[in-house]
Amino acid sequence: MYNFDVEVPATVAEAVEALGRDEAQPISGGQTLIPTLKARLAAPSVLVSLNAIAELKGVRKDDAGLLCIGGGTTHAQVAKDAEADYPALASLAARIGDPAVRNRGTIGGSVANNDPSACYPAAVLGSGGTVVTNNREIAADDYFIGMFETALDEGEIVTEVRFPVPEAAHYEKHIQPASRFPLVAVFVAKFADGVRVAVTGASENGVFRWTEAEEALSGNFSADAVAGLKADGSQMISDLHGSGEYRAHLVGVMTKRAVAAITG
Amino acid sequence: MPKDSGIGASSKRREDIRFLTGEGNYTDDINVNGQAYVYFLRSDVAHGTLNSVDTTAAEGMDGVVKIFTGADFEQVGSVPCGWQVTDKHGEVMQEPRHPVLAHGKVRHVGEPIAAVVAETLEQARDAAEAIEVDISELPAVIDMKDAVKDGATKVHDDLTSNLCYDWGFVEENKGAVDQAFKEAAHVTTLELVNNRLVANPMEPRVAVGDFSRGTGEHTLFTTSQNPHVIRLLMGAFVLGIPEHKLRVVAPDVGGGFGTKIFHYQEEAFVTFAAKACNRAVKWTSSRSEAFMSDAHGRDHVTKIELALDKDNNFTALRTDTYANMGAYLSTFAPSVPTWLHGTLMAGNYKTPLIYVNVKAVFTNTVPVDAYRGAGRPEATYQLERLVDKAAHELGVDPIKLRRQNFITEFPYATPVAVEYDTGDYIATMDKLEEMADIAGFAARRKESEAKGKLRGFGVNCYIEACGIAPSNLVGQLGARAGLFESCTVRVNATGGLVVMTGSHSHGQGHETSFAQVVADMIGIPEDMVEIVHGDTANTPMGMGTYGSRSLAVGGSAMVRATEKIIAKATKIASHLLEASESDVELKDGAFTVAGTDKSVAWGDVTLAAYVPHNYPLEEIEPGLEETAFYDPSNFTYPSGAYACEVELDPETGVVTIERFSAADDFGNIVNPMIVTGQVHGGLAQGIGQALLENCSYDSDGQLLSASYMDYAMPRASDLPMFDVDHSCQTPCTHNPLGVKGCGEAGAIGSPPSVVNAVLDAMRSGGSTVDHIDMPVTPHRVWEAMNR
Ligand SMILES: Cc1cc2nc3c(=O)[nH]c(=O)nc-3n(C[C@H](O)[C@H](O)[C@H](O)COP(=O)(O)OP(=O)(O)OC[C@H]3O[C@@H](n4cnc5c(N)ncnc54)[C@H](O)[C@@H]3O)c2cc1C
Repeated sequence: MYNFDVEVPATVAEAVEALGRDEAQPISGGQTLIPTLKARLAAPSVLVSLNAIAELKGVRKDDAGLLCIGGGTTHAQVAKDAEADYPALASLAARIGDPAVRNRGTIGGSVANNDPSACYPAAVLGSGGTVVTNNREIAADDYFIGMFETALDEGEIVTEVRFPVPEAAHYEKHIQPASRFPLVAVFVAKFADGVRVAVTGASENGVFRWTEAEEALSGNFSADAVAGLKADGSQMISDLHGSGEYRAHLVGVMTKRAVAAITG
Repeated sequence: MPKDSGIGASSKRREDIRFLTGEGNYTDDINVNGQAYVYFLRSDVAHGTLNSVDTTAAEGMDGVVKIFTGADFEQVGSVPCGWQVTDKHGEVMQEPRHPVLAHGKVRHVGEPIAAVVAETLEQARDAAEAIEVDISELPAVIDMKDAVKDGATKVHDDLTSNLCYDWGFVEENKGAVDQAFKEAAHVTTLELVNNRLVANPMEPRVAVGDFSRGTGEHTLFTTSQNPHVIRLLMGAFVLGIPEHKLRVVAPDVGGGFGTKIFHYQEEAFVTFAAKACNRAVKWTSSRSEAFMSDAHGRDHVTKIELALDKDNNFTALRTDTYANMGAYLSTFAPSVPTWLHGTLMAGNYKTPLIYVNVKAVFTNTVPVDAYRGAGRPEATYQLERLVDKAAHELGVDPIKLRRQNFITEFPYATPVAVEYDTGDYIATMDKLEEMADIAGFAARRKESEAKGKLRGFGVNCYIEACGIAPSNLVGQLGARAGLFESCTVRVNATGGLVVMTGSHSHGQGHETSFAQVVADMIGIPEDMVEIVHGDTANTPMGMGTYGSRSLAVGGSAMVRATEKIIAKATKIASHLLEASESDVELKDGAFTVAGTDKSVAWGDVTLAAYVPHNYPLEEIEPGLEETAFYDPSNFTYPSGAYACEVELDPETGVVTIERFSAADDFGNIVNPMIVTGQVHGGLAQGIGQALLENCSYDSDGQLLSASYMDYAMPRASDLPMFDVDHSCQTPCTHNPLGVKGCGEAGAIGSPPSVVNAVLDAMRSGGSTVDHIDMPVTPHRVWEAMNR
């Protein structure tokens, strides 16, 4: 690690101000950022910790019925507190990493980082959620731009993520054997007015919606509806753990299984 | 009734109290007053000419004590290799110089180029970033078969090629083997890869060098399985420090698995630098460094062929293996694919004719050396995959084909130089069939199929040679060391014993099991016996722990030393009892005159040895301390039969192990619980190799699996509850305890049954694939089934 200063603001406003300093970067759970710092792959001069900001924490339901999760809420907290309102989301959170990761890592850090293999982006995009920052609200469809790329501006903080709660949803995850991040995972959410299918782990462009599957399922919500469907393999990640072709195949299998899990 | 102490009892591991409560004393726990820290600047290219290493800017940085480069080590010896193999033409192997810090060239990613000693590790690292290294990259030599082609880029310019040796074994048999293949009724051929592994002990390597100007004595604290071997290799060959001025301490060590046998350049560096800087120097490997500097394991590419007659008897075996040495020869690297592999190719079978060819090859990768099993897993995997393939080609039951060809008479001299003293392969197979519930398999397969899964069953046998080994034999085979073991038993005045063994425990539980043996021999409670190991200052010259040799060889030395103690104590007792020595016997901690009730307690005898008021001083010396060195007359030959049952998801290729049974013959057993634990650990590593672990380089020599993000270690949830049995016991005939060695069996014996089971599952789903390489990842299974 290189040397850096640490600021521990108590409010979002103070954090935004601290982030105005030269080479400042927010740190939340540190589960991605700390390893990066240890490997000397990042060299911020100021780390602005979001951990002491009470307004960033917690799970609540707003008047419109949206499930609102503070950006600083840990995966473990979501696994517990979202269980009653949005079990598929709670189950996703409960399967991220290991207990240490879940008790430090946060939803804000995950969606800000937008790792192409991260779990939360699939839920946010698959639910048609909204990412709330210190100065705007960004619809999921506009938020996830590419691998490690989001619509966030420099110094912008994810303060909350809002989820419309679907009638039913399921997250099906096929793990990469070493890291146990998704190799391919699919989040399927069934709403009264349609179905959303979001895929993570597979694409070189990060999380994406599989629109062919959404269309097929919106007409006929059954595993059979997607059984013959093939995802386009041309933009898929190819690495040590699986070819693009294998990932494309898994997109189909995971989608089918997610639907089957919902229909029972 | 199971015993509750002594030989045969499952005594609780006494060392676990400190290991589980954070009271262990590992090398990284050792801090020497005033120590500085070293950071190694390592090559990020696989192969290149080192034009210059400019440390000017770095020298002046905060906290820097001294910076070293390859030039500082020109007058220092090469990191030595401890085994010289002679090739099939009678020529000795090619042996390159292995510098402490790279000089002239870099030959693998991770090779140290410069070392910065500074007040803190972070300062050392900061300064290392300011060192300017100018490297002209050369093409990387990665693929072994390409490496030995004419005109290939050479890893070492001063060698004639990248071929370290071309070994033929037994060369005189070659003609007869080829003839047998011509006459065979059936020939089965298999090409396979034994995947490269990274050992990954939980504790990374650490080395602390210290030097006292006052006494001229060097001390090295290091994570080693064999401190005396390090003292000899480093002292005599690298740094020129006589052994009486060099102390090597390997305190608690958190797992070795072979990778902590070897002498590494970081050890030589801290020892050298401590004197040069006149202060202690500490190095603690990060996990990332471990991936690119700990010796790797396995990495063989093999073609193997089996000849059978019309009655399915094995008539000949022929193999052709490329073995990766990496960029330099690590301490025991040349012996692994030869004497620890070729000699095991008979397996459990009476194949009369065998010829093994091994080409050892230099590549621009981390050196490869022994890893749990070392050579024997490679032999077992080839043979047991091949026999399974033959069974399927011939349409016979794989277990039946094995049984038909089993060696049944002992001792048995194989055509590959070794003689098995004892074994009963039919008994372990019988036991296995019972444990694996073969009769219930069909029903279990149906259940799996009802869920859309496939189910497969696979078996294999194994034989291993461990307890290495007779010094005169290994000397003929090229070892540059003896392989005896030593022990000093010191009895204190009040009757307690300190047993100083040359073996080293790095998780195996010697402190418990060794004490059980001595306590049993004397008839005293185990807690009166303390086991000391790991420090050249207080143990006799010993060769350390590897090759499942601790109890078979080190334990035998301990038995011999204890016998000497008992003999002397009996003399003292007979004097105290005023009886003839031949009438006095030791039982349950007391010396008794046979046929009388006259007796004297152990503690009274030991007290007399140190307070010799009433003592036969004219006949024997006071004191009670004895040393024994033991050199075995043969290897020991544990054997067994393993069965694996898998479930396979044909849509995703995911394989899960549903059942695993292991029937082993380890001869006599001192502590059944510890033996079970050793088998569990071995199985985890064997299954890890079969399903998960893979060390992978790209064609430029970049290490792709350089962290746990990409190198898959087995976790508890990847493994089933193991069914382990060691009730089949044919005691070793040539060591006093009749023990064979159990540390490596699980890792040696498990990979083939896993792969055999996966192929069985695939076949049940209609696949015609007859081989799949390890690790059998979901991706590979899916590809194989959709080819
Ligand atoms: C062993 C291990 C296993 C894991 N397995 C999984 C897995 O299976 N699935 C999965 O999805 N993830 C996994 N993760 C990643 C984990 O979920 C991380 O916690 C998460 O990706 C980042 O969250 P964090 O709070 O730790 O962020 P940090 O590491 O603190 O920050 C990450 C990045 O986001 C920025 N940032 C943090 N918070 C905010 C904010 N509120 N607004 C704007 N920017 C912000 C930081 O500046 C930094 O660039 C794993 C991690 C580990 C170490």
